[in-house]
Amino acid sequence: MSWTQKILRVNLTKGTCTPEPLNMEWADKYLGQRGLATKYLTEEIDPKVDPLSPDNKLIVATGPLTGTAAATGGRWSVITKGALTGAIACSNSGGFFGAELKFAGWDMVIFEGKSKKPVYLLIQDDEATLVDAADYWGRTVWETEKGLKAEHQDPQIRVASIGQAGEVGVKFAGIVNDLHRAAGRSGVGTVMGSKNLKAIAVRGTKGIAVNDQAAFDIATSAAKAVLAENGVTGEGLPAMGTQVLMNVINETGALPTRNHRDSQFEGANDISAEAMAEPRRSDGKPNLVRNGACFSCTIGCGRISTINPEHYTVKDREQYQIASGGLEYEAAWALGAANGVNDLDALTFANFICNEQGFDPISFGATVGAAMEMFEMGVITPKDTGGLDLTWGNAETLTTLAELTGRGEGFGAEIGLGSKLLCEKYGHPDLSMSVKGQEFPAYDARGIQGMGLTYATSNRGACHLRGYTVASEVLGIPEKTDPLSSDGKAGLVIAFQDATGAVDSAGLCVFTTFAWSMDNIAPQIDAACVGDWSVEKLLEVGERVWNLERKFNLDAGFTGKDDTLPKRLLKDAAKSGPAEGKVSELGKMLPEYYSLRGWTKDGVPTNDTLSRLVL
Amino acid sequence: MEKALVLDSGLCTGCEQCEVACSTVHEGVSNPATSRIKVFNFHDEGRFVPYTCTQCDEAWCMQACPVDAITVAGTGAKVVSDTLCVGCKVCTIACPFGTVNYNPATGKVLKCDLCDGNPACAAACPTGAITYTDASATGYAKMQSWAKATDAGAQASA
Repeated sequence: MSWTQKILRVNLTKGTCTPEPLNMEWADKYLGQRGLATKYLTEEIDPKVDPLSPDNKLIVATGPLTGTAAATGGRWSVITKGALTGAIACSNSGGFFGAELKFAGWDMVIFEGKSKKPVYLLIQDDEATLVDAADYWGRTVWETEKGLKAEHQDPQIRVASIGQAGEVGVKFAGIVNDLHRAAGRSGVGTVMGSKNLKAIAVRGTKGIAVNDQAAFDIATSAAKAVLAENGVTGEGLPAMGTQVLMNVINETGALPTRNHRDSQFEGANDISAEAMAEPRRSDGKPNLVRNGACFSCTIGCGRISTINPEHYTVKDREQYQIASGGLEYEAAWALGAANGVNDLDALTFANFICNEQGFDPISFGATVGAAMEMFEMGVITPKDTGGLDLTWGNAETLTTLAELTGRGEGFGAEIGLGSKLLCEKYGHPDLSMSVKGQEFPAYDARGIQGMGLTYATSNRGACHLRGYTVASEVLGIPEKTDPLSSDGKAGLVIAFQDATGAVDSAGLCVFTTFAWSMDNIAPQIDAACVGDWSVEKLLEVGERVWNLERKFNLDAGFTGKDDTLPKRLLKDAAKSGPAEGKVSELGKMLPEYYSLRGWTKDGVPTNDTLSRLVL
Repeated sequence: MEKALVLDSGLCTGCEQCEVACSTVHEGVSNPATSRIKVFNFHDEGRFVPYTCTQCDEAWCMQACPVDAITVAGTGAKVVSDTLCVGCKVCTIACPFGTVNYNPATGKVLKCDLCDGNPACAAACPTGAITYTDASATGYAKMQSWAKATDAGAQASA
């Protein structure tokens, strides 16, 4: 009921696929997806393992609500030790792949070992087989998905695959499903590539039952009405997508610009949702074709875009004169403001390439930004870049680097290291705008104080999706707090982190929480699943997951010293806008955070905390 | 009054809530594989198109059925009787639109039955892309929008 109660264990070294019953005792403590897969991973691997060794495992996981009528019940995640960070990684994706895996009858797939030669996993309901992938290795995500559907004469197969980026070891390679949805961050695609696993192709026809259909209908219908009536989920996100934020965050003075040297971007409006809706001169059409939804999602925030057919990137390349996944806010920021590029078509093209070749636009764009700063300093020279001019704002360099990085060629191979290794290589580690090796997303920690603490404490490295206090500090959800003040932010961050852990573990999208409180979420889970799922129990799951992830990272060798931010955010004050003169007050927030978490002053969960959470 | 499903692809976001609702009402589980309505994603064009049985008046499926398992319900829907259906699949060949399909799990065929006059897909659609309206006025909304557009042109010239 809602869980299929079945997992598939794939040993790539031996080439075997073995079904196992789901551990329901763990499901009751960790719910599903992020939480439950983290439990499996931490039980099964040595935290000190090299992420790219055969001893690391990669878990593809759904939640109990994945595949159901619950709005946004299409989420799935990849859990592993991250190639970019060496920390616990959980990358969450939407689209249709996760629901299909459930329809085939599987809650999770655990990949272990390493295949001798490239393979893909084919799942058709109960049947699972590893198939030679020689024809697909060296191909893009887009070619692989089309090829697999054609090979099996089944257009309804859903595919998650790596592109060339995952094959050649780009540290921030992702796994892309349904052509443009991605488990994008932390290098989960790099881990997949290291196992010689090219793709997972699934067709499921068995369906998902819930525990109490009548109660589930009532709970999900009521919750959908809440999404429809909410200004953000009912109007803002469908119409403008997450890109609704570009001008808002710029006005807040928290749009990191040119590798966080500035916190407002003069070109923000050129790359905003408003610009995407503006008809262009060449063909009279806007960049934005329409909005698109993931499985079961009644919000529909996804952008579907085209590139100006006369733009230099696509003029002579018809294969890119199509509609596909367009710019989301984080991507638009990283490809644009982070390196000073304001050419909307160039950003859309670079985003297409990120999807086509399977790599994270946030880490890619931010790493280009760091390289541009070192180029300006003369530390990186045209000799290093193969003649590329890395001057701030150079759109052609950005799009060329996207293509080179995807294939691991030229200076793209260096960008593929990520900003931490790149900046270390050129002797300026301070210029990597990252935490635990993962680049920041699109919110300046000086202008939105809570986000600084969110980044510093995030278990998978800098990330906005582990505790999106922007909702409160900028948008006033569930209530407005002052983005420039660090007062009370420790508690706020913890509340967001724990709630997000529960939402991620259910198989729902965190965007629902712009409208839903846990009071809207709990009845849906309670009706779908066996057992009693109260708000309190769900928040405890969230807290338990957070502490389990933390424990893994500590055992992997991270310490409280890694809960920090680059000097630039702690010492160099913001130069303009509402946050002018501010630095991140992390030093003030962190001790309070540790104390509220029930951790020692060094950031280690106390025995009391661990036993309270049954860890 | 006879009613019909009206599908407006311009409003469809491709979320498949209709497929989930259809399969849940008919089969008791969320399972798009058994949904009588399908949403097609024409990716390169950025179009989502929902499609299902139009309930032909002189239905090919009904005429082709050798055991008279397909009959006309009060709603006008052509409905398959699972007790009479022998799974011969002749109706799936006869239907010019492909909207009758075989279900290997049961050995019967699946087609839209308009949910006895309360289509679950229309109720579940979050954007109004699927509506259930007067069968004699399925073009009403389209006519209305064109009336407005063309009249605005006339006003501009006057």
